Amino acid sequence: MIDRTRIFGGTLLALILIALAAAPVLSPNPPDVLFQDLAFAPPMRPRLIDGGGIRRPFVYPWRLADDRRTLQFQPDTSRPREIAFFQDGRVASTSPEPWLLLGGDPLGRDVFSRLLAGGRLSFGVAFFAALLALAVGSTLGAAAGFAGGRTDRTITAVADLVIVLPLLYVVVTLRASLPLVLETTSIFWTMVAVMGLATWPVPARGVRAIVAAERQKPYAESAYAVGAGPLRILLRHLLPAAAGHIAIQGLLLFPAFIFAEATLSFVGLGFADPTSSWGIMLHDAAGIAAMTRAPWLMAPAAVIVLTVVAIQLVIRGSETRARPRQGLSARAAV
Amino acid sequence: MSPFATFVARRLARACVLVIVVASAAVLLVHLAPGDAVTELGLDPARAAAERSRLGLDRSFVRQYTEWVGRLLTLDLGESVRFQRPVVELLVERVGYTLVLGVAALVLALGIGLPAGVLTGQRRGDLVSRGIAAISLLLLSTPPLVTALLFLLIASRTGWFPPGGLGVADGTGPLAALEMTVRYLPLPALALALPIAASLERLQSQAVAEALRDPCVIAAQARGLSASRVIWVHAWRLSLKPVLGVLGIVIGSVLSGSFVVELVMSWPGLGNLMFEALTAQDLHLAAGCAAMGAGLLSIGLLSTDIALASADPVTIESA
Repeated sequence: MIDRTRIFGGTLLALILIALAAAPVLSPNPPDVLFQDLAFAPPMRPRLIDGGGIRRPFVYPWRLADDRRTLQFQPDTSRPREIAFFQDGRVASTSPEPWLLLGGDPLGRDVFSRLLAGGRLSFGVAFFAALLALAVGSTLGAAAGFAGGRTDRTITAVADLVIVLPLLYVVVTLRASLPLVLETTSIFWTMVAVMGLATWPVPARGVRAIVAAERQKPYAESAYAVGAGPLRILLRHLLPAAAGHIAIQGLLLFPAFIFAEATLSFVGLGFADPTSSWGIMLHDAAGIAAMTRAPWLMAPAAVIVLTVVAIQLVIRGSETRARPRQGLSARAAV
Repeated sequence: MSPFATFVARRLARACVLVIVVASAAVLLVHLAPGDAVTELGLDPARAAAERSRLGLDRSFVRQYTEWVGRLLTLDLGESVRFQRPVVELLVERVGYTLVLGVAALVLALGIGLPAGVLTGQRRGDLVSRGIAAISLLLLSTPPLVTALLFLLIASRTGWFPPGGLGVADGTGPLAALEMTVRYLPLPALALALPIAASLERLQSQAVAEALRDPCVIAAQARGLSASRVIWVHAWRLSLKPVLGVLGIVIGSVLSGSFVVELVMSWPGLGNLMFEALTAQDLHLAAGCAAMGAGLLSIGLLSTDIALASADPVTIESA
């Protein structure tokens, strides 16, 4: 039962990762091209039946019904566009005309292609932020647990202080103190740094506890007795005991970073418009016009939830598995 | 002094440190940001310089900071450049909204999450509890940003609820204000509460399942007490400790979430004010908001600490 949920979550996560990795090939259109007269265009669903007969997959292009202000779209049944598979370096497209699988955004860009392109940025930020938080957190946590005494007290006090702060306030405040307009790469690394530094106490607390406990155990004592230096004992013997914990903490932080990126970009302190990220896309979905006539702009919300559900399923599986494994590794080490 | 009083005194000191550190960090960060609030006003150079010297922005950072701390002791937080009003006035005006939203969300989250958790914890594996567990997994994966946007979407498409923000009250006086709040509060409060309710449900579920294996609960069952009494009186009390233990983090996430919900649903609280202060680089206002936020957080943490200490005296020993 537990293993099944874990396999399901893992598969889902893997599929999302593959889709993001293959974004340039999978997206039917370039993510930043503005298609004329397709602002707020509804999704074009692939069809098989045209005028009573079955044919190869195709879509009907949208035609504006009357004038541009009402934005009433009608399918142009007179010219079905066949979907071309594996052409021009794309898995499926109707080029040169656009195929908007998930509709158009307020500027007439392809929501589906932007979703894939944006996901790479959102995932990238979350991944590197998690890596940074784990690196800083494990180092400080291990130092605190290993050294004890004043070092331990100082690090623990700082960690306790940082951990209670509401993440979003911290991230927004840190981000706001930097120049507002930055290049996409600078924004990327700024967000990584800000998020990583705001969350390092999360892994640090557990690592500190594990290292402090393992240090007392006979295997650590004997390593010391045969003349191993403190750094060797820490890296070779004690930190491996915390490896499972560190991995799970990384998985736990990941959703928080996905949420934080979305929120930062949503309020205008993250990535900025021509670039696409899930947060920017949600910002487009929040306008009154978008709310009433283009609910498909909420697609990034669905993808965020799906991604995090997949991660939660993997975590739930790992947590129940980690307990017996931990006991085993400790015994094997003795 | 009794151990309990010492414990409370130490936690109180920690709360004060938190407020001062957070506010100082905000002062430093806004100071480090390029440009300042006066630049944002777009005055001509001579008037900008006069404004800077009036607000003390032309002095060195150390002097500005020590002056700020000095005034903090007399509860004077300076003047907001953005609003041209004393910061304290603005804070008092806005903090009520955040408090109402936060408390409502907390009550909702506890009211939904804990009973649901007890329900799923006592009988794992049947259809109802699996259904609840699935819903809670879904909500757990939904950030307040998304719940707020979804509710806005529903509100704007159905017209069942006013789509966010506070309307203009029909009349004046506390009764009209109360009516407005009651009409506009449910959506943001629910958007904030649902993800938190889900995490409380998961936690409570696990705690109850563990409590049911405790010898004292088995003894209660053996005495022939009714199943509902065993669960709601004995097991529930045992399961309280892990839940109280994370309440501090829950309060943090309520504050964090209220920031997004306030922005998305234009709720005129502290989060909105802080955001305006940060984007306008309004040094005094940002620091004031940070201090106020840290103050709210500290009060929350302090009350959970006290609750935890009263529920389980061992906490005092280990602190």
